[in-house]
Amino acid sequence: MLVPILKQGDYLIASIQSELSDADLLKLRDDLVRRVSEFRSRGVIVDVTVLDVMDSFATRTLRSMAHMIMLRGAETVIVGIQPEVAFSMVQLGLRLEGVTTALDLEEGLSLLDHKIKGDNGLG
Amino acid sequence: MADRVCVQINSEIDIVTARQKGRDKAQQLGFSSTELTLIATAISEVVRNIVEYARRGELCVGIVQQGDKRGIVVVAQDSGPGIPDINLAMQDGYSTGKSLGLGLPGAKRLMDEFEIVSEVGKGTKVTMKKWVQKNVR
Repeated sequence: MLVPILKQGDYLIASIQSELSDADLLKLRDDLVRRVSEFRSRGVIVDVTVLDVMDSFATRTLRSMAHMIMLRGAETVIVGIQPEVAFSMVQLGLRLEGVTTALDLEEGLSLLDHKIKGDNGLG
Repeated sequence: MADRVCVQINSEIDIVTARQKGRDKAQQLGFSSTELTLIATAISEVVRNIVEYARRGELCVGIVQQGDKRGIVVVAQDSGPGIPDINLAMQDGYSTGKSLGLGLPGAKRLMDEFEIVSEVGKGTKVTMKKWVQKNVR
């Protein structure tokens, strides 16, 4: 299942549309890291709202993706982790160390604005 | 195991199918949405273990009744290389593969009961159960 990646100014937005296989997740990671360079993006948002399972593989892949993007000089924000998924990740012992998360797309965008453009959100 | 549903595991694509089947079965039993996620995640971990170490196997989910307790039973079985040291494999952070080593101990934490039987050269069988919580009123 292909994850569409939208370019919005300095940002890339990847909005996951359905459950992803391991191969799909790895492809998303590779695509995003490549496009950050291609578009000279400053920030990336990955929307995981539709994922009803984030197991050790998904967590590890998202974490490595965020680190790779960071090495390219851009910021990553994971948005939309469902409460049930958050509960399950903690029980499982999974951490997204060093990865920024936000409630939803809107919060993620304002977080990126704040980090990258120094916008305090007050206009 | 009454009302049993099985999924053949041949590749990583089957991980998604297996956890979907498990979630459907758990939903029929009346688990809460949080518990559905825990069960689906535990299935994901044990099935990934099959794909990574044994390459193929089978995942079955069914209903289990014990006295007045009702629950879901998940059995993941393969004829792979087996696990030489189960205690070691059940330790957080231990992995001979490329994983985080949280799969088996993590799955155990997500479920109520967890049993693993493995013989080197013969295969591995993981049996996990979770009981439906009765309404406290």
